Amino acid sequence: MDFNLTEERQMLQDTLRRYLADRYTTSVRNTILDSDSGMSTDIWAGLAELGVIGALFAEADGGFGGAGFDIATVFEELGRAGVVEPMLDTAILGGRLIAALGDDTQRGLLEEIIAGAAHLALAHGEPASRYDLTRVETTARADGDDIILNGRKAVVVNAEAAGQLIVSARESGGMFDLDGISLFLVPAGTPGLALHGYPMLAGGRAAEVTLDTVRLPQSARLGAAGGGLAPLMDAIAAANVALCAECVGAMQSAVELTRGYLMTRKQFGRPIGTFQALQHRFADMLIELEQARSALINASGHLDSADRDRQIAAARNLIARAGRLVAEEAIQMHGGIAMTQEYELAHIAKRIVMADHRFGDADYHLERFIALSAA
Amino acid sequence: MDLNYSDEEKAFRAEVRAFLAENLPAEVSDKVRRGISLGKEGHEKWHATLNARGWLAYNWPREFGGAEWNAVQRHIFEEECAAAYAPRIVPFGLSMLAPVLQKFGTKEQQDHYLPRILSGDDWWCQGYSEPGAGSDLASLKTRAVRDGDHYVVNGQKTWTTLGQYANWIFCLVRTDPEAKQQEGISFLLIDMTTPGITVRPIVLLDGTPEVNEVFFDDVRVPVENLVGEENKGWTYAKYLLTHERTNIAGVGFSQAGLDAVKRIARIETANGRPLIENPHFAARLAQIEIDLMAMATTNMRIISQAASGQAPGVESSMLKVKGTIIRQEINDLTRRAVGPYAMPFASEAVEGDNAPIGPDYAGPVAAHYFNNRKLSIFGGSNEIQRGIIAKVKMGG
Repeated sequence: MDFNLTEERQMLQDTLRRYLADRYTTSVRNTILDSDSGMSTDIWAGLAELGVIGALFAEADGGFGGAGFDIATVFEELGRAGVVEPMLDTAILGGRLIAALGDDTQRGLLEEIIAGAAHLALAHGEPASRYDLTRVETTARADGDDIILNGRKAVVVNAEAAGQLIVSARESGGMFDLDGISLFLVPAGTPGLALHGYPMLAGGRAAEVTLDTVRLPQSARLGAAGGGLAPLMDAIAAANVALCAECVGAMQSAVELTRGYLMTRKQFGRPIGTFQALQHRFADMLIELEQARSALINASGHLDSADRDRQIAAARNLIARAGRLVAEEAIQMHGGIAMTQEYELAHIAKRIVMADHRFGDADYHLERFIALSAA
Repeated sequence: MDLNYSDEEKAFRAEVRAFLAENLPAEVSDKVRRGISLGKEGHEKWHATLNARGWLAYNWPREFGGAEWNAVQRHIFEEECAAAYAPRIVPFGLSMLAPVLQKFGTKEQQDHYLPRILSGDDWWCQGYSEPGAGSDLASLKTRAVRDGDHYVVNGQKTWTTLGQYANWIFCLVRTDPEAKQQEGISFLLIDMTTPGITVRPIVLLDGTPEVNEVFFDDVRVPVENLVGEENKGWTYAKYLLTHERTNIAGVGFSQAGLDAVKRIARIETANGRPLIENPHFAARLAQIEIDLMAMATTNMRIISQAASGQAPGVESSMLKVKGTIIRQEINDLTRRAVGPYAMPFASEAVEGDNAPIGPDYAGPVAAHYFNNRKLSIFGGSNEIQRGIIAKVKMGG
């Protein structure tokens, strides 16, 4: 066993950490959070230039990474700095679906994505689907040579910035059937496609998407008719590794901020970190952080294994629990200051807790783990 | 041992319920249920409605125009108000300052300020915490120096809740920097329109401007605005804090929150079934309900003692800790219940009337989860409460 990063990944980690420490300061991030677009094009271009996006793709797709540990390396740093730019949506969800399913023309998008010149969004979840990946009520039907989409998609992250939406729709079968889900590339501005955008609590933007008789040519089809679920699950598995890593990075920041505060904040004539009651709770935060890191390593290392889904369910369940403890304890030990918008920790805590609401919370992943372990 | 309310208490509950049914507008309870801010005017209207019935100052003695309810009556009223989604009564003037004035104020102060609290002419805020004085409140540094008929006040207060609406602030100030910490503090009433006062909003992590910083720069306060004796302010502050801790368990809030999350979980679905039937969700819900049932009885045990004249001591610290943990657990469960629709930042749902994103109950739940992290921080943090419990029970 070897728990060290490879030389390349170590270099990527160092470079990215330095870049974000210099460029993604609290005030820069607060400006981004207050902006209409909810992201910085400068930062996005900077990340592309550093090769951060390329690190998330395999060589065959024009990148130089793409494995579980590459995803973990990048997203841990993004999480540590509280980055809100839509790397998960454009590069992981969008990028992996294009890489896995795209025809030659569609694969042309990969180069643009890696260069930081294109954004994507996955429009899969629907108002009633919660975390259930099979519940698709949006329909796709043939009309001559064309395809017509009708339906609604909920909380589509990065929809407004995306040049293309990857939309899932049911082409055959019933509402919860595993077969019959197809994927389509829908360019922004297609008639019948309407976005109602809004900011999110933890930063970034999303939209409610309505598809009202959206007419597409056959060339918009991404992958085989009715075969969308398996590649969706592959992309979402990678997204779950990314979310785990982002949380571990953010938890690390929360712990570091708390340590600094405990050592400098004085009440009753001494640093509050000298009170044993707080020391023990700080120790528990560190213990949970190490558990979370190990769960992340398990998930990253199994991204391409047969045991992938069970490992990922385990990691997301553990990190959801550990993350909540770390976020809440960090706020509590800071006191009032952590409740303010402009203090670093508030944002970090929001990133940790709100990750719960993407692709399943602790309970969802617990149920997945139980089901997969019984299988 | 009898777990039932007496006939008089049941009749009182019916009276409160009938009053609320008749006088609480549906649009107001709807806002409270959805967690939408009422604004200054909304609170003032509800205060006026209660005042017209003689129920605004339900904890005041009759001689000052209050209803003088006992602890059980108060509890019934608070429970019914929470269940009906009535606005909370803004406590700063009514249940924080007023008891201090009634016990330690001069006749002139009582005659002047108390009627203005009832009528809504004055909106009070609390000037206690400072940047360097949080849990260790007695280390406060805001100075008041006697200059003829005035005190000249310099310093800064923080976490001043709804200070943006207030025209008066009651403050703890240091009048004797040489004395031991607790012995050099005085209790001053300050007109917020006095020159030299600046109020600066602090935006909280859920985006709401709920609290403020208040700066004092050579603010001249007439000496007759001193409450009680100079340098005895700590005694009055502690007295005030015991009143701040009435309804500290928040049983009514928890009950209303539990009802709300159950309603949401009947509408939300997981795997095609109502969420409330999901075993893991149901288990979490049940666990909280079991804790709440026991805490409601703990609360009643302490209330009964108080009604029979025994002052609650360390028990109110216990209620604060357990009560806030339960409320925060309910906030967490509610956040989970709405799934992906917790993610939109619906500041308009907290502050206004814009169309919600997703189901109408989803908008503010994540914001409330974050906002209510304050419950275990303010009013004496849960760490301070645990310290009090241990100290008292170990005879320290």
